Amino acid sequence: MTPQDFFQVMAPLPPGGHAGIDALLAEMCWPGQPGRAHPANPLIPFGDFPNLHFARLLVIDDPTLADRAGTGLPTAEPAYLALLGSCDGTADAMLAALAEGAAPGLRALFRQCGLAPDADVFTWLRAHAVRPATGYVNWVGRTVAQVREEALLHRLLVAAVPAASGKADCVAARAAIIAAVKVHAPTLTPEAPTPMGWLHKNRESFWLPLLAFIVALVLVVPRLWLPLLIGLALFAYVLRRRERADPVIAPQTSAAEIARRSAYEDHDVTNAFSAIGSLKPGRFRLWLTIAVLWGVNWTTRHIFTKGRLARVGTIHFARWVLIDDNRRLFFASDYDGPLETYMDDFINKVSFGLNAVFSNGIGWPRTDWLVLGGARDEQVFKRFLRYHQCITQVHYKAYPGLTTYDLARNARLRQGYQARSMTEVEARTWLAAI
Amino acid sequence: MARGDLIAPIAVSDTGDIQALVTAGFGSLTAACFLMLRVAEATAAKAWLAGVQVATVADLGKDKPPLTQVVQVALTSDGLAALGLDPAIIAQFAPEFVRGLARDASRSRRLGDVGDSAPAHWHWGSGDRTPHLAVLLYASDAGALTALEAATEAGLGGGFSIVTRLHTANFAGREPFGFMDGISQPSLDWQGRHQPGSDHYANTIAAGEVLIGYPNEYGRIADRPLLPGEHTLPAAIDDPGWGDLGRNGSYLVHRELAQDVRGFWRWVGREAPDAALPLAEAMVGRRIDGQPLAGLATHAIAGEPRPDSNGFTYDADRDGMICPHGGHIRRSNPRNGDFPVPPRNIFERAADILGLRGKPEADAIASARFHRLLRRGREYGQWLDREAALDQDAPDPQSGINFLCLGASIGRQFEFVQGAWCESAKFGGGSGESDPLLGSRAPFPDEQATDGFTRGCPAGRRLRHDGVPRFVTVKGGAYFLLPGVKALRFIAS
Ligand code: HEM
Repeated sequence: MTPQDFFQVMAPLPPGGHAGIDALLAEMCWPGQPGRAHPANPLIPFGDFPNLHFARLLVIDDPTLADRAGTGLPTAEPAYLALLGSCDGTADAMLAALAEGAAPGLRALFRQCGLAPDADVFTWLRAHAVRPATGYVNWVGRTVAQVREEALLHRLLVAAVPAASGKADCVAARAAIIAAVKVHAPTLTPEAPTPMGWLHKNRESFWLPLLAFIVALVLVVPRLWLPLLIGLALFAYVLRRRERADPVIAPQTSAAEIARRSAYEDHDVTNAFSAIGSLKPGRFRLWLTIAVLWGVNWTTRHIFTKGRLARVGTIHFARWVLIDDNRRLFFASDYDGPLETYMDDFINKVSFGLNAVFSNGIGWPRTDWLVLGGARDEQVFKRFLRYHQCITQVHYKAYPGLTTYDLARNARLRQGYQARSMTEVEARTWLAAI
Repeated sequence: MARGDLIAPIAVSDTGDIQALVTAGFGSLTAACFLMLRVAEATAAKAWLAGVQVATVADLGKDKPPLTQVVQVALTSDGLAALGLDPAIIAQFAPEFVRGLARDASRSRRLGDVGDSAPAHWHWGSGDRTPHLAVLLYASDAGALTALEAATEAGLGGGFSIVTRLHTANFAGREPFGFMDGISQPSLDWQGRHQPGSDHYANTIAAGEVLIGYPNEYGRIADRPLLPGEHTLPAAIDDPGWGDLGRNGSYLVHRELAQDVRGFWRWVGREAPDAALPLAEAMVGRRIDGQPLAGLATHAIAGEPRPDSNGFTYDADRDGMICPHGGHIRRSNPRNGDFPVPPRNIFERAADILGLRGKPEADAIASARFHRLLRRGREYGQWLDREAALDQDAPDPQSGINFLCLGASIGRQFEFVQGAWCESAKFGGGSGESDPLLGSRAPFPDEQATDGFTRGCPAGRRLRHDGVPRFVTVKGGAYFLLPGVKALRFIAS
């Protein structure tokens, strides 16, 4: 199995350095489809990189810094030009491939950020790379190559459906369809072996925290239950006090501005969401954020690896990145459907998870006990989201038109195609999926 | 109570301030006409608005004489601006309403208003043919309507110019394809008894899902313009010192949808020569007489006046073998509760919340309660029987629906249902299909087809139809506010 990774390069823009960049980014997109990257655009021909699932470029210019007034936090932070994406294999390998295959374009894009003409592009990209605190992959191990092969298989299966007409039962129908597809001998590359290093690390990251937890439960809790209880009570007290006092800041984005942003959305079934905000000042919120992000990361690594993040099944990739010495949190995701459906899922299905992370950010709708309330305040939450959103100026997707459900279905079809035999019921389900 | 707090359901008391369309489709008033107006001269227009008598919910009580004619008034955001309402106040209405239905290409794209349905081709609703005002007229028969229309137009003075008059037809409860319509509607919790949220699909929804200014299914009041100390307006429920310009009003979505009746019946006839009607019924998701498809209505649901025709969910048909997932009524109201399968105990509930139970694809659609529409449409054009439609010489009946629906959130209700459910080729985790009645069939993205339709067939297999033509074309439309009476007078002042 080939694991996926997240790469992200962020370089501060000089003051006023925006304008030229915006025009360059616009040129990378399909005409008439702002934000939708052309796979063969001359700056970064994304389509040439077979390991690249998604990529995006945007200027991260935080519109909400003024909300820090009175918090003691600096009211100025750099604006960044960011290049980020998700890939098969390691982030470093992807950056190396990009540096190799798109050096002139990268130089043009990052020139204003200090990428000197004689500098080594890869070294420079690496020097400006950041790692997400938490990353989510819809289906760990599903590669771009696999997605494309299985999509082709699906098309062949659909085309072969007439071969099944007149067959008495589903088993016979399946056999007829498979025979018709076999003629085309579709490539279905077997799964690559899982890199040993990744496997070890993955096991470790699963067991060590669990072990530590059990040890703590057995050894520490019985002895130190009183201080722990006091600690917990203190935590609850501080949390509640802050939850009641922290201001909610979620001004309405004007209808015209929402319309401007919508122009970048819904050119494919998958959209990009990018947002930035500041953490609330103080160590309490910082450590809470780090702890929660660590916890979420454990679940995305070990539990939510097959098709959904808690109840949300429409996210391909998502990341949470702490930047600027942990003063700000950047969030990016690739999700299926219009923004309205995404917000709907956020509110109705995973408000608790969002609250746990983002209520540590300035302005989040009021929570109770960290996980309740918050995003459930529909209108305030929607305003907050739009307020913190950054336009994703360039968004690339390696498999246009396919949703996470399409990908999962195609994978099931492939399994059924390769299965030696099937019962009548299994065959019926398989046929229905075509 | 402060702004932003959770608000318990409360009874709706000021029925005299709510336009009657919120509770009634005026079925007994079989003649109707919709006037689309633009403000020509603001002072005269306001004078007319200040005096116009609109029927209210209070006029509909059981002890009241039946209405013989009804006038309802709705305004677009352009209309509010033309009447001189402060732009800073208008900006506090929902952004979809502020922008309007036709102004943004991205909205048109999401709603499927592309190709022949693009606003550029509309005969009303875009550019300088965007109405400012809709005056909805209902009367007991054609004669009475003509008189009402004449009287109304005569009364307008010099305040307005007429963009268009949309006449309607009465097909005795059927829409132009011939199906019984107007059967399934959400019922509003007027008494303030309903606790929002449920594991099971229920038909009752919070009043605030339709009426602006009341707590909705989230237990919140949606954004709307609040004016400090404006006592001519109803007080804001969550902040009584403020006048609430939205309260007792509702957003009214109006779309003129032309139906290709001949094309519809000819296509199903070609596609299923021996069983055209069953195919058509699968596309709608109901029998032509309005009854649920056989085998669906196995158990009743809460709050249903007509249990046999509407008392069903799709729980007994999860794989869509009876009613296709893509059928019109299943797309526009999937009838599910908050969880894919109602949890039986707290452990199952916890597992559900964490996404550890069931399959992701079974949870693609949830919580239908946030996406209900109160439909108030009227048919128009000539009646053409489905047998007659097959006749090569059958005339084009030029018919369709003036689709009207009410709701307190255009984005979460109409646009969601139209865009993310009906028009989307990916509804419910599916692929390659849009609403068999409404879909624009525009390939998306790039050249990928959206014109399929899949249904179950008796052998337990599925039947896929490709190349379903476009049957419905948008000819006009707008987003209106159907204001409360006090709000209407405030706007006129
Ligand atoms: C010309 C276009 C249309 C036709 C011919 C049509 C036809 C029908 C029919 C025959 C029914 C079943 C009767 C009933 O349950 O009341 C129905 C139900 C429904 N339609 Fe449409 N419709 C059209 C447009 C729309 C549009 C544009 C929407 C919203 C986006 C919509 C939303 C609904 C809803 C919500 C229901 C009720 C579903 C339920 O609760 O089970 N319809 N329609």
